[in-house]
Amino acid sequence: MQGLAGIAACSTVLASPPGHASRPVPYAPRFFTPVEWAFLIAACDRLIPADENGPGALALDVPRFIDMQMDTPYAHGAQWYMQGPFVQGPDNLGYQLPYAPRDLYRRGIAGMNAHAATRHGAPFAGLAPALQDDLLRGAENGGMTFGDMPSTVFFDQLLANVMEGGFCDPIHGGNTGLGGWTMLGFPGARADFMDWVDQYGAHYPLGSVSISGETA
Amino acid sequence: MSDDARRLHPVDVVIVGGGWAGSIMAKEMTEAGRSVVMLERGPDRSTAADGAYPASIDELEGNFRYKLFQDLSKNTVTIRNNSHQTALPYRRMAAFLPGEGVGGAGLHWSGVHFRMPPDDLRLRTRVIEKYGAKFIPEGMNLQDYGVSYEELEPFFDKAEKVFGTSGEAYMVKGQVVGKGNVFSPSRSDHFPLPALKDVYTAHLFRKAAEEVGFHPYSLPAANASRQYINPYGAQMGPCNFCGYCSGYACYMYSKASPNVNILPVLRRHPLFELRANCHVLKVELDADGRRATGVTYTDSDGKVVTQPAEMVILTAFQFHNVRLMLLSGIGRPYDPVHNEGVVGRNFVYQNVTTSNVWLDRSIDTNQYVGAGGGGVAFDDFNSENFDHGPLGFVGGSPVWVNQAGVKAIAAAHSGGPPGTPRWGSAWKAGVIDTYRHSLRIDAHGANMAYRDVYLDLDPTWKDAYGQPLLRMTFDWKDNDIRMNRYVVDKIGDVAKAMGARRVNLTKREFGRPFDTRQYQTTHLGGGAVMGTDPGTSALNRYLQSWDVHNVFVIGANAFPQGTGYNPTGMVAALAYWAAHHIRTTYLSHPGPLAG
Ligand SMILES: Cc1cc2nc3c(=O)[nH]c(=O)nc-3n(C[C@H](O)[C@H](O)[C@H](O)COP(=O)(O)OP(=O)(O)OC[C@H]3O[C@@H](n4cnc5c(N)ncnc54)[C@H](O)[C@@H]3O)c2cc1C
Ligand code: SF4
Repeated sequence: MQGLAGIAACSTVLASPPGHASRPVPYAPRFFTPVEWAFLIAACDRLIPADENGPGALALDVPRFIDMQMDTPYAHGAQWYMQGPFVQGPDNLGYQLPYAPRDLYRRGIAGMNAHAATRHGAPFAGLAPALQDDLLRGAENGGMTFGDMPSTVFFDQLLANVMEGGFCDPIHGGNTGLGGWTMLGFPGARADFMDWVDQYGAHYPLGSVSISGETA
Repeated sequence: MSDDARRLHPVDVVIVGGGWAGSIMAKEMTEAGRSVVMLERGPDRSTAADGAYPASIDELEGNFRYKLFQDLSKNTVTIRNNSHQTALPYRRMAAFLPGEGVGGAGLHWSGVHFRMPPDDLRLRTRVIEKYGAKFIPEGMNLQDYGVSYEELEPFFDKAEKVFGTSGEAYMVKGQVVGKGNVFSPSRSDHFPLPALKDVYTAHLFRKAAEEVGFHPYSLPAANASRQYINPYGAQMGPCNFCGYCSGYACYMYSKASPNVNILPVLRRHPLFELRANCHVLKVELDADGRRATGVTYTDSDGKVVTQPAEMVILTAFQFHNVRLMLLSGIGRPYDPVHNEGVVGRNFVYQNVTTSNVWLDRSIDTNQYVGAGGGGVAFDDFNSENFDHGPLGFVGGSPVWVNQAGVKAIAAAHSGGPPGTPRWGSAWKAGVIDTYRHSLRIDAHGANMAYRDVYLDLDPTWKDAYGQPLLRMTFDWKDNDIRMNRYVVDKIGDVAKAMGARRVNLTKREFGRPFDTRQYQTTHLGGGAVMGTDPGTSALNRYLQSWDVHNVFVIGANAFPQGTGYNPTGMVAALAYWAAHHIRTTYLSHPGPLAG
């Protein structure tokens, strides 16, 4: 994780990986191409926008989290049953495509950008927020297909990882500054409420703490 | 396959699967002086390594990357809703989360620890006595267990003492002794530890349920309310309500697990050998298929090995037990068309739905505080505790607040009240309000067994070893949907008494099929059930195969139909019950224990 800091700069500046909190350095994605990265940043910003309720996905470094996840066995599909034949069936019988998360992002982002270009003449990242929201809603509701992939499959993958990135332990590269936890009121790795369990109705006084000991 | 397998020295007993059932059986068999080899397909695990603080307090790894769970890439099941469909592989973890590795799901379970209600053990008889045989819907395979509460009581008691279970009794030796569950039967002894404290939401639920006229009680929890030393000398520390039971190894040594409560003693026993990373492929039978001669497995180097044994005990978890029986040719496979055969018959699940209650914004519900087995329940609509006559359905459902600790990613995923978008600023406002000020109430209902709901081997998909996957044919049925809808309405009454600002009652919908994408529970049951009739049960009442007498099969597979309670207390009691009869009768007179 720490090695990421030294990689060549890319267009977007996000906070540094955990352990380098003092000096923001550009995060250089290792999996996503510049075009994909631009999509990811734009989409994350719409899915968890910064507002009066707390930080958004960009301040929480959700794109960085997702890029770092792409290097894990999970993203290679190592935890899913990936043997064929791949037969499509009713939605309630679950995921049946031959694609691991890495493939879902590759195909899904290309598909979203293609739709953006056809409908609005620009890639997703170049559109106004209202048009981005329309496209995201379309993907969420199954209004498009990306080859043999319904847009819902991509959208659900993206949204799941965005939520993970906003609210996981910062050791994984998201939830920077414990901002997601503070917004919810989740104490993180405190994991000891012996004296607190029967203080009914009282507000828990301690802020969040992470696995590495960072506090908010 | 077995012909060129390497053959090892014979042992007395080989145990397939290192979870609760396997650890109990291994302990009992070594106590009886038998040599035991326990084969576990997953890695060796311990609380010290897998539950270390703070590294283990990682929701992403625990609940979203399924660090301690079954490796689906190697082995899964296929699922369909009815036999006209093509069953498709369960490719990603969702609806249920089987365990893998030493300790099994017992390492990362929650700890709700129940005894089976006496009426549930003889449900068919009871329903006919009360409402007549015509009350049983067409196609429902309602059965008795063939064992009574009185027979099992010493073994429920033993399991609670081994697990260090916290709870409050209602009746001990026929005398009312405390504020426990008024519907629960008499016990021979108190719980080994007093009940856990109520978390705030459970406290509010208790008050409201009482106000409505129901009979709330503390959930029996295998989360130690105080320090405890169990009969094997295993030590537990007091639970601190850390909120990381379900999906994690307890870093406080407070949650009962095979790894804390049994294995430390077992690992030191000279007659016991544990072999991790050994995946059992099948039970070997002699030429006429009446006796098991051992098992064949793939070891950690991928070599195929045969372990000869006098006795084989399957403790691989409910559906893995059924699959191993089918792969080995033990017992007659179930044929749903003719309703004949027994292996795969009466497959059941847990009929659970979770409702949400939002309280005033001045009230913090502190949902992150919690113990996996802790909470408050009422049983007024469980089992045969109420009159089903006018209602026209079989089965029931306890209702409870079982706040096991809601963590941030899960909260973000579940979002705001119904109708709230899943993302954007509206989602954010909804999720903050929901996390801070709401609580969850479950209707944890029984699921009945049906003729066309069953397990068999899939014709198409295979596991990493080339063996067919198990196929589940499962759907919710009218009877069970009506039961759920009736009980969930009662949650509405309690929520009102709690002063709810908003309520979302979640009910099963008619016509909406079982959805494999949503987590429900890992309380799968049946498929190789116990009973007194070899025509309708794969196992006799001692959990011994009717067909191959030196094979015992321990797990929730033995439940003839579902129950409102969580299964593990019953699984552990059945293990001790079977072990008792093996030790007192079978070992000296090997042969069928029931005729
Ligand atoms: C998140 C979660 C929470 C739960 N909470 C509760 C609760 O609060 N209360 C309750 O009563 N129950 C609960 N359960 C269910 C409980 O965990 C199970 O009922 C219990 O663990 C069953 O014990 P078992 O020994 O039958 O199976 P397991 O504990 O699953 O052990 C079976 C073992 O066999 C191994 N195995 C399988 N196939 C093979 C093979 N071919 N070769 C070798 N080894 C094999 C597996 O890897 C596994 O380790 C929960 C389950 C989960 C997943
Ligand atoms: S809640 Fe209690 S029993 Fe559960 S993991 Fe935490 S300390 Fe252990």
